[in-house]
Amino acid sequence: MAANTQDFVIVGAQDSEANEHIAKPALSFWQDAWRRLKLNKLAVISLWFLAFILAFAFVSNFVMPQQQANSFNSDKVGVYKNLPPKSGLPIPGWSGQIKAPGDTTSTDVYASQNVPKSEKFILGTDNIGRSLAKRVTVGLRISLLVALVATFIDLLVGVAYGVLSGWKGGWVDNVMQRIIEILSSVPNLIIVTMLGLVLGGGVLSIILAIAMTGWLGMARQVRNMTLTLKERDYVLAAKSLGESSFKIAIKHLIPNMAGTIIVQIMMTVPTAIMFEAVLSAINLGVKPPTASLGSLISDASSMLQFYPYQVLIPSAMLVLVSLAFILLGDGLRDAFDPRASED
Amino acid sequence: MMDETPKKLVELKDLQLYFNQGKSNEVRAIDHVSFDIYEGEVFGLVGESGSGKTTIGRAILKLYEPTAGQILFDGQDVTHLKHKHLSEFRKDAQMIFQDPQASLNGRMKVRDIIAEGIDINKLAKNKAERDAKVQHLLDLVGLNKDHATRYPHEFSGGQRQRIGIARALAVDPKFIIADEPISALDVSIQAQVVNLMKELQTEHSLTYLFIAHDLSMVKYISDRIGVMHWGKLLEIGTADAVYNHPLHPYTKSLLSAIPVPDPEVESMRQHIEYDASIETDGKERQMVEINPGHFVLATPEEVSVYKNQQK
Repeated sequence: MAANTQDFVIVGAQDSEANEHIAKPALSFWQDAWRRLKLNKLAVISLWFLAFILAFAFVSNFVMPQQQANSFNSDKVGVYKNLPPKSGLPIPGWSGQIKAPGDTTSTDVYASQNVPKSEKFILGTDNIGRSLAKRVTVGLRISLLVALVATFIDLLVGVAYGVLSGWKGGWVDNVMQRIIEILSSVPNLIIVTMLGLVLGGGVLSIILAIAMTGWLGMARQVRNMTLTLKERDYVLAAKSLGESSFKIAIKHLIPNMAGTIIVQIMMTVPTAIMFEAVLSAINLGVKPPTASLGSLISDASSMLQFYPYQVLIPSAMLVLVSLAFILLGDGLRDAFDPRASED
Repeated sequence: MMDETPKKLVELKDLQLYFNQGKSNEVRAIDHVSFDIYEGEVFGLVGESGSGKTTIGRAILKLYEPTAGQILFDGQDVTHLKHKHLSEFRKDAQMIFQDPQASLNGRMKVRDIIAEGIDINKLAKNKAERDAKVQHLLDLVGLNKDHATRYPHEFSGGQRQRIGIARALAVDPKFIIADEPISALDVSIQAQVVNLMKELQTEHSLTYLFIAHDLSMVKYISDRIGVMHWGKLLEIGTADAVYNHPLHPYTKSLLSAIPVPDPEVESMRQHIEYDASIETDGKERQMVEINPGHFVLATPEEVSVYKNQQK
């Protein structure tokens, strides 16, 4: 026996200091979140895309006022109307040529309508000769404004309402939830129509409609999460240390439901953009000549067979912005959760 | 520790806590429970799951509102404390939780978790002092300096539980409720944590209420033991008395369930079944002192039976 024990050497466990050591480098919360976000390529692309779009929409306010996109020269409608996209480069489908329905060859519309040689519209023009590029830029601004307001209200009203309702519990919770149910039982369309009657339509009534009902989903989700989280031991620990309810909400509840909140917001944003588009499409939204992505699509949809680019360009913009928000939301949810990291 | 008239730190007087009171699903989590915890002792509370041990711990810390009865801490009634007095009480009484994973907020760094109590009670004047205090607490529980910037999920179970202990110690309490602090840990780590708690008790002259369902571990750390079942306290006595001379059949049943680390003895071990019907016969029972310091919940007839057993 004694001889055998000499063959064994205890490896490790002699140095308790070394046992306690964690080799992974210490990162701050934001460094860590950024590192994890970078692993998700789609989210990073979406982030840059949205950053570019937001910057573009913001800067365009100074370069291109609303009137410039709305105005047109009534004498020259015949010259400038329905011009297809022309890049000025020999790219097929982007050269100012379009195949009219029934024709076998494409015609150069710029030449046939006698547009001056030096002028070209990279996204084409609409049926009264307004540059589609300018109209889409303005429309994008309105869609993004609606999205930002919806996000802001979701975060401010939805989260606060949900946390309060879940945390207080009892009859307070009961009353607050019934209020949500009453509000959500009123169809959105009716609210917008009523607001339209009072305020005369436009962006303001859309924003007010979102302000009244957009936060309901968030409030419910946050309340559910609060009900779960408030029974967690770390909340009890904070309570037993004497932490105030407000601080518990800020430090313990909201950070731990960040994933749910982000997902909810990333659902809200496309919904709000679509909501605006649908309302504009049924003439309850922005009033002509103001353009939004929705009104551009609906105005051009009747001409889809003849001038498909007039529908496809704003639609593509709408889809890309919504998709970018969804993909970024996915990435952010994973990035903000330290436990989700696989390494 | 029991010699010269010890000071009572915590007194529970006929404490009752019912959930859903008056409804069909009423639960009597704590049913007329009275006991005292003396300064500097470790009081072990044992019983099966759902017997009300944890509820008692949380009720003492005012995480639950008792239905009736009184809780005295250091001679002061804490049952209806408000605001300033409540925050003072919370500095004196702290809790260590069962599941170290669930009791630490995964979104906060260890430094901020430990410093939470320091921040709330404004125990540090500036950031340097706060860091120094956190550092000291980490040393105390045997963790490294560089652990302060880590998140809880990077630690092992035993390390996490030590973070929980450091958080409780941050406000320099007199009394700590340890709510099954070791039952979520594996056996080798259990000893590590229990020994740390023992060390800290002597260094900081702490009083513990040690809640567990593992009688052998409770025997190891406790001076006195209380046995609970279905919200009632059945037996109280010194650790030796309860362990070696159990009176109540439930205590006997619990003791008979402890495995013995000797295969031959273990194979012979017979588990004593506990017939709970003796609790539900509707008779009035009171805590009766059978031997000095050894109480049991019994009817007068049962008292004579228990006394005969002792002879």
